[in-house]
Amino acid sequence: MSGNSNRLAERLDAMYEFDREPVAENKLQGFTNFLGLYAGEHVAGTEFILGPLFVVHGVAAADLFIGLIIGNILAVLSWVFICAPIAVRCRLTLYWQLRKICGPYLTYIYSIVNALMFCFLAGAMIAVAATAVGLPFNMPMPGLSDVYPGSISWIVIVAVVGGIVTLLAILGFEKISRFSKICAPWMFLVFVAAAVSVLPSLGCHSLGDFWRVANEKIWTGTAVEGQLQFTIWHVMFFAWFANLAMHIGMADLTILRYAKKWQYGFASATGMFLGHFVAWIASGILCAAASGTVAPGPIAYLGAGVAGAVCVVIAGWTTANPTLYRAGLAFQIATPNWKRWKVTLATGIATTIAACFPALVMKLMDFVALYGLLLMPMGAVILVDFWVLPKLGMRSNFTEWRKGLFSLPAFISWTGSIGISFMLPLEIYFKALPAWFAAVIIYLLLSYVEQLRSGKEVART
Amino acid sequence: MKKILLIASLTGLCLTVIPSFLVLGGKISWAFHSNLMMLGMLLWFISAPFWFGKEKDRSE
Repeated sequence: MSGNSNRLAERLDAMYEFDREPVAENKLQGFTNFLGLYAGEHVAGTEFILGPLFVVHGVAAADLFIGLIIGNILAVLSWVFICAPIAVRCRLTLYWQLRKICGPYLTYIYSIVNALMFCFLAGAMIAVAATAVGLPFNMPMPGLSDVYPGSISWIVIVAVVGGIVTLLAILGFEKISRFSKICAPWMFLVFVAAAVSVLPSLGCHSLGDFWRVANEKIWTGTAVEGQLQFTIWHVMFFAWFANLAMHIGMADLTILRYAKKWQYGFASATGMFLGHFVAWIASGILCAAASGTVAPGPIAYLGAGVAGAVCVVIAGWTTANPTLYRAGLAFQIATPNWKRWKVTLATGIATTIAACFPALVMKLMDFVALYGLLLMPMGAVILVDFWVLPKLGMRSNFTEWRKGLFSLPAFISWTGSIGISFMLPLEIYFKALPAWFAAVIIYLLLSYVEQLRSGKEVART
Repeated sequence: MKKILLIASLTGLCLTVIPSFLVLGGKISWAFHSNLMMLGMLLWFISAPFWFGKEKDRSE
């Protein structure tokens, strides 16, 4: 058993061996690199769905604009004051930071949960691309309340798109990663242009008309029947927590470890305000112009013609591809005798099957909130372990110090905080905040008990 | 050569976004704007891969 345990830990470490050491001084990146990186990362396929979903959830125009501004500012501040200071001090990836605190087993479980979430996200992006590929074939588009595949043509096109995405993920994703960087500025402009060009169809013929049309025709304050009515609080919390796993959840330690200063976390503002502000507003306008249609392909075509449809395919594809590749990488640890292509193929097939269900796209907001909620508590654990434990005379990275394989305090604070949040009578968009406090308190108390019981020297050396 | 590529790329981006404002102002038709966007897309994707982001890749 011990031999098997060590082999699992070794396999896991081998996957991330190349970035085991802290980033060297000469590898640090300038501020402008982070500006570009965040801008590119947050103008993606998901933006084509999230903007329209605000419209169908009946957000009022003022609530949308104020909520997005406050929520995005909170997100940026979370990067700046929570994630970046630890990233520039440790200069380790999330994997190695977690490995020190939680041990290899718990880090493995976290990686698998993360990979599963990646699969669903990739599935949603395959479905997004399929809505554009299906346009020339007059494919019936999925509706807002559709859960199951509505036609054979939908299944066939999703299967074809999923097959291509899987094939490219098997071949690797470095070239696609570079291609997606090239697409980023063009994609952002397509969002803007498509939205501006449909404004006349909504009765807006100059920028001076915009606010009136926004209130009367786009963000009317009335939800589509059967949809939850959103308020400014929903908008604000959704914008703040849309990337919860990245900032408070600390996944962006991996990116910001290359920053020269913690203030580089402010670069995330480009992603938030270009992607999660301008692009969401733009896709919301497109949804209103398409009389409430939320399928990304048709709404982008309505605004930008062929370029819009191509943009949707590229946005879906470039988001799905690295996501699928990384999910395959994580699953490979569980199947060491399989070649990487086999694991990626199996992951791709499962993801494509999931993509056939339109609910994955239509419930994307709930999924995004769940994704952040499931991964966030580990960020709280890192925060407490790094800042609070030493101040209370306890040892950081205790599991690494005692050469343990599993941190029970981290595990209980992870699962316990999620459990508590699900018991609270709150909508999914609001659960993360109490869950964060619960994770902090549980980890603090259990670490104290663990280190006290260990009977060893706990003062930080 | 790089200058030509840069100009082509920037023209591509301009053709992507500027026509939409002309549609808003009622100066051109939506169909014309859509064709210009397609032209902009072609210009961008033909020229940008030769220069965009290359220096960053080398520094990484």
